[in-house]
Amino acid sequence: MSASLAYTRFEFRRVLRSRRFVFLALGFPVALFFAIAGPNRHVHDLGSTGIPFTLYYMIGLAAFGTMNAMMSAGARIAAERAVGWNRQLRITPLSTRDYFRAKVATGYLMALLTLASLYVSGAILGVSIPAGEWARMTLFILIGLIPFAAIGILLGHVLTPDSIGPALGGSTAFFAFLGGSWFPITGGALHDIAQALPSYWLVQAAHIGVGAGAWGARGWIVVAAWTLAAAALARRAYRRDTKRV
Amino acid sequence: MAGRHTDCVTGVVLQGLQKAFGEVRAVDGVDVTIDAGETVALLGPNGAGKSTTIDMVLGLQKPDAGTVTVFEKTPAEAVDAGAVGAMLQTGALIRDVSVRELISVVASLYRKPLPVAEVLDLTGLTDVADRRTQKLSGGETQRTRFAIALVSDPDLLILDEPTVAMDVEARHAFWTSMRAFAARGKTVLFATHYLEEADAYADRAVLMARGRVVADGPTTEIKAMVGAREIRATLPDVAAEELERLPGVTHVERRGEAVVLSCSDSDAAVRVLLDRYRDARDIEISGAGLEQAFLLLTGESES
Repeated sequence: MSASLAYTRFEFRRVLRSRRFVFLALGFPVALFFAIAGPNRHVHDLGSTGIPFTLYYMIGLAAFGTMNAMMSAGARIAAERAVGWNRQLRITPLSTRDYFRAKVATGYLMALLTLASLYVSGAILGVSIPAGEWARMTLFILIGLIPFAAIGILLGHVLTPDSIGPALGGSTAFFAFLGGSWFPITGGALHDIAQALPSYWLVQAAHIGVGAGAWGARGWIVVAAWTLAAAALARRAYRRDTKRV
Repeated sequence: MAGRHTDCVTGVVLQGLQKAFGEVRAVDGVDVTIDAGETVALLGPNGAGKSTTIDMVLGLQKPDAGTVTVFEKTPAEAVDAGAVGAMLQTGALIRDVSVRELISVVASLYRKPLPVAEVLDLTGLTDVADRRTQKLSGGETQRTRFAIALVSDPDLLILDEPTVAMDVEARHAFWTSMRAFAARGKTVLFATHYLEEADAYADRAVLMARGRVVADGPTTEIKAMVGAREIRATLPDVAAEELERLPGVTHVERRGEAVVLSCSDSDAAVRVLLDRYRDARDIEISGAGLEQAFLLLTGESES
């Protein structure tokens, strides 16, 4: 087994064993979904859009929940650094690329579990999406998550366990709010700002589920630019992050 | 200096090593050569620059000036080749894994690791191999960290104050395992501020204080240098120069009515002192202590 694969497997095992983490990461969006969409499950025409309430909230939470799951990699990294594990790994032949690969894969594992649990919850409340749209939405959400993987790793390597909580909470709130995760942002300066954020395009990806089109060129450019910038910064942060914490 | 065997393969070579953090010169011109197969103690008080030196040997910090080679490679190359194992100075392990899983994953990062079972046995962890890391005792945690350092079967083993927070028994068991491993022809560099550890387990000690090497030699020599004692006595009206000629006395300082005799052999000195100066009173003999000895050696002792 290659070092990269072995380390990824090790990360998977650890993340799934951390019960509190799994419970909160998966449980929070699901609980929120049932709390909000449950009482409104008979609203089939939200704001005369023809969209069922349950569907709208399922996809809204899909964007928000997966973003959270992805960024939470940062919290785990900060905790690992605090006990010196990061320095210990540095003196093994594990490459930066393999380390990042394992971290991103673990973020995706959590994001996929979040998506799956939301889809199942949606189905329980009667949400149904045509298979083609469902697959396309999932694919675009997974692509739209790439920049958040890099942002999570970046924050994990520059912050401490004390500061990472507020930082993750603040940045996901910021991204979710301006990305239109909680309510649609349709016009004006706010819309221009929103369109420059990766969260806007993540929310757009989820909206494929309610019949929106896929991204245009602008979406691809914004997602690619955030990915490249955050990945470059994360790489730099990792390289510098060799001191005793 | 003794302890250099230039005909041997070089293990670790530090030349003119310097590292500053802001105004603080953590490492200020260190030159040390360690032969392959040697066990060397890096001895010094807190803040002497031991950990920073070790970080540079491991490539975790870049020197401001000077060079490090490990088996004639750069630290990064030596690490990539799997030639280096280290037990760094932190007290904890990552959570949610068993001891065996943790050691196994580290093993999987290397091309030729030792069998995990052998490492568990060598470090005395076989009985707790399936326990989660967060449920280990302090001593077991340290041994697990030792196992992580060993499992790659490194040619160079670095231990940064490995026995801090261990009780006497755990300490003894730890050094027994270390010796068993070193006996396989390994090069070992360990940092400590316990003179007894350097004396008992190293072939040679490098003494550091304030970022510099203040002595480098066989541990017996170092022990004589820092194992010095002080005799204090109230003894007016005797010239310091006269007392300095007493056997076993290296230095005398007068403080009002009292004198302080720094001794290489306090037993011999006190016998003659009592015999010759009947009016000497309030005699105290104390170990100078490593910290004090270091300051003495670096000539920066305050009154």
